[in-house]
Amino acid sequence: MSKVRILTKGLLKENPTLVLILGMCPSLAVTTSAMNGLGMGLATTFVLLMSNLLISSLKNFIPDSVRIPAFIVIIATFVSIVDLLMQSYLPALSDSLGLFIKLIVVNCIVLGRAEAFASKNSVFDSMLDGLGMGLGFTLSLTLIGIIRELLGSGAIFGHTLISGDGILIFVLAPGAFIVLGFLIALVRYLQRKKN
Amino acid sequence: MAKKESNLRNMIFSLTLIVLVASAALAGVYVITKPSIDGQQVAKTQEAIKAVLPGFSGKTERVAIKLPNDADSVFVNLAYQDGELFGGAVQTYTDKAFKSYFSLMVGFDAAGNILETEVIKMEETPGLGDKIDKSKSNFSEQFVKMCPANNEFNLKVKKDGGTVDAITAATISSRAYCDAVNRAAEAFDIVTKKGANNE
Repeated sequence: MSKVRILTKGLLKENPTLVLILGMCPSLAVTTSAMNGLGMGLATTFVLLMSNLLISSLKNFIPDSVRIPAFIVIIATFVSIVDLLMQSYLPALSDSLGLFIKLIVVNCIVLGRAEAFASKNSVFDSMLDGLGMGLGFTLSLTLIGIIRELLGSGAIFGHTLISGDGILIFVLAPGAFIVLGFLIALVRYLQRKKN
Repeated sequence: MAKKESNLRNMIFSLTLIVLVASAALAGVYVITKPSIDGQQVAKTQEAIKAVLPGFSGKTERVAIKLPNDADSVFVNLAYQDGELFGGAVQTYTDKAFKSYFSLMVGFDAAGNILETEVIKMEETPGLGDKIDKSKSNFSEQFVKMCPANNEFNLKVKKDGGTVDAITAATISSRAYCDAVNRAAEAFDIVTKKGANNE
């Protein structure tokens, strides 16, 4: 696989949220606004990139039988680092994402990439894979966030476009499922058309 | 380097080493970020005190008080200007919120009238409960200049027989807001009365 393919496959072809249907919990829970989606996506991208980097460089050092606990420790360390850095430098975003930053530890995309890609491939390829997957995750979370914020609160990234109450259901949990469902359908349609 | 064999010695060695390095890295980041995180909390509180005590500039005196039946303490920041009591900013909280907990700063003048209220920390639903925040709706304005000790202003939402107009579709958040303001009023009342007794 070419380096470019490794980087770009996460964006659409193997998009973690819309095609692989992984990491549903943060995708549904934090995307009430575009900013939340973007922040969550970028935090996850950092964790993915760093954990893929470290896991692929340590892959021969970690015995197979203890690889999962080793991966979890590495991932949890980076998640805690992101959490502390966000509390320190982006307190507003850290407040609105709350518990979900800490829950990146158990995000199946991160562990999934560690197990399926980083533990078998070279360091550079793993970094590209982590970056691509992370950006794909960021892209879909931001997209869901933009749609929900626009329909639910009449704003994008906090800038009010339409004043008034908006369609409340899009701010609430059912709205997340509706938007996600339509986006998955759209991606499937586009893929079928292309083939 | 060949892949390490999964024997007991290798497993313990590699896991221990990874955990040690991870904890060292975390400790480092914690030490670096701690002053900034603490500073932000203090700055936020100071800003909120300023916001709820319009017209007051100076130092406040912090008193912690725990009301009966309460799980947490409320902090009363007494504001003295020229030797006289100007009022107080009360850092209060509610545990009846939609997302279980939020904290407010409520400013009172010396007579116990509410000057301003300000949200310090909340996680209420965006688009619904977060309208308790001043930037999102004018819900909190109805508390301004009201006196909780006065019977005309019943600090409850209308659904519960009070005076406060609840936010549409966010009665729980509105109720919680009233609960927090009530707690602040009670604490302020106790602290100022106690002060008067001492003199």
